[in-house]
Amino acid sequence: MVKEYFFEKTDRTNAFITRLDLAMYEETGGPLEGKGIAVKDNISTAGIPTTCGSRILAGYVPPFDAHVVTCLREAGAAIVGKTNMDEFGMGTTTENSAYGPTTNPHDTSRVPGGSSGGSAAAVGDGMVDMALGSDTGGSIRCPAAFCGIVGLKPTFGRVSRYGLIAYSNSLEQIGPLGQTVTDVNTLMSAIAGPDSRDSTAYDRPYTHTPSSEIAGMKIAVPEEFFGEGVDPTVAESVRNAIGKLEDAGAETMACSIPSMAYALAAYYVTCTSEASSNLSRFDGVRFGPSVETKRSWHDEYRDHRGTFFGKEVQRRILLGTFALSAGYYGKYYAKAQVARENVRKDFLRIFKDADIIAGPTMPQIAFKLGEKSDPLSMYLADILTVPANLAGVPAISVPCGTVDKMPVGLQLIGRHFEDERVVDAAFAYETEVI
Amino acid sequence: MVLENDVEGIAKLADIHIKKEELGEFTSQFNHILEYFDILDTVSDGEEGKADLVNVLREDEVTPSLTQEAACANAHETEDGHIRAPRVM
Repeated sequence: MVKEYFFEKTDRTNAFITRLDLAMYEETGGPLEGKGIAVKDNISTAGIPTTCGSRILAGYVPPFDAHVVTCLREAGAAIVGKTNMDEFGMGTTTENSAYGPTTNPHDTSRVPGGSSGGSAAAVGDGMVDMALGSDTGGSIRCPAAFCGIVGLKPTFGRVSRYGLIAYSNSLEQIGPLGQTVTDVNTLMSAIAGPDSRDSTAYDRPYTHTPSSEIAGMKIAVPEEFFGEGVDPTVAESVRNAIGKLEDAGAETMACSIPSMAYALAAYYVTCTSEASSNLSRFDGVRFGPSVETKRSWHDEYRDHRGTFFGKEVQRRILLGTFALSAGYYGKYYAKAQVARENVRKDFLRIFKDADIIAGPTMPQIAFKLGEKSDPLSMYLADILTVPANLAGVPAISVPCGTVDKMPVGLQLIGRHFEDERVVDAAFAYETEVI
Repeated sequence: MVLENDVEGIAKLADIHIKKEELGEFTSQFNHILEYFDILDTVSDGEEGKADLVNVLREDEVTPSLTQEAACANAHETEDGHIRAPRVM
């Protein structure tokens, strides 16, 4: 039976691009029955506009649901709206949106993080308990940390991406954000598992009950996560949190990830290269604002993309086009793939002895709106989150105190397909401090 | 180091029109970022990761999919169930 869900919460942070004040859900007896859930606006929803925060998709209404949206509906969720984001997921603050920036629920003069900033702000402000985001280089964990909530980037392949509007296929994953580790666990249970329409989706369903029993868990702490560029007060807050995990019975050890020296460069070369190919589909012919069909293809196409793509999207497409062009491929793309393999090897080496790697999610607390106006300085803020995407391993951000009244995130990274252990470590921390 | 006309050339390849007055800023930001990417020169030659990769194949069978109407629903110009595009030649 179909039931009504009235979504009446005020959106004071501009968290939503589209909201459904009357959302419907089915009495399926599923784990999310009657729960209002927000969905990032790069995840396709049949009949509900989906813009990726871009003018180039204004007015686009998908004719089908993403796999994860089908999962939500089957679990009985009411989809209450589509959340604001950096255009096509390209950003760390949710300021790069054609629909205006989202602000941080803890301090509206600050950013919520990005690119899933709308999802994180909606949860952080209590508008919904849970939301879906996507994480290409930290886009779930960063806003979770900045907004004081929990966010999980699953193992690459754990959740189907059918219906996720692609930006960088080898890096991105859909994942849950929630008020608590338990909420994140519940949402993850609903969306993980196989899907024949995404050939990268493994047959690894997620049926887990969080456990705070972590006695004997081995936690490695990389020196690079506390090095140059990391705010000392943030570092201290995270070290205290790791101390709480020791109190709960975990054993800690020092470790090093030498490939962090070039991981960020490898990430940006890879994601911009993939973006330059993926975003070529936005031509104004099949969806979005229309092109003038009387003009020649390239003239019309160039003007259309020059007008309707935002600056950061244009910059990344150009960088990717350059990195893949004849004469530069070897210097940039090929090197980035070797670097990426070195990151993966560093993780595999550490995970021979350790179960979890712990450190800060972000090197700073949430920035002031407009603070990161230079593109490179914005990119540098992703240094602690991109390694998990390059290696394809699961990582969670869980709130661990405040600095200047703003939330700080503890990042816990695990072995491939050990999302459950990552959740347990986060749950143990949460249990320890409550 | 890339120059403004290099960026113009890349933009042409990418089919994105960059306004003349914006080329200068684009070029300087581009160089700033490329300078940072130079750290990849310190990566010694090695293997790209291929160890875990397997091809996922399936039979090429017709299964239910979008109707023609649904596929055309977001296009602005259609004709006889087809989508009209700018001329290529």
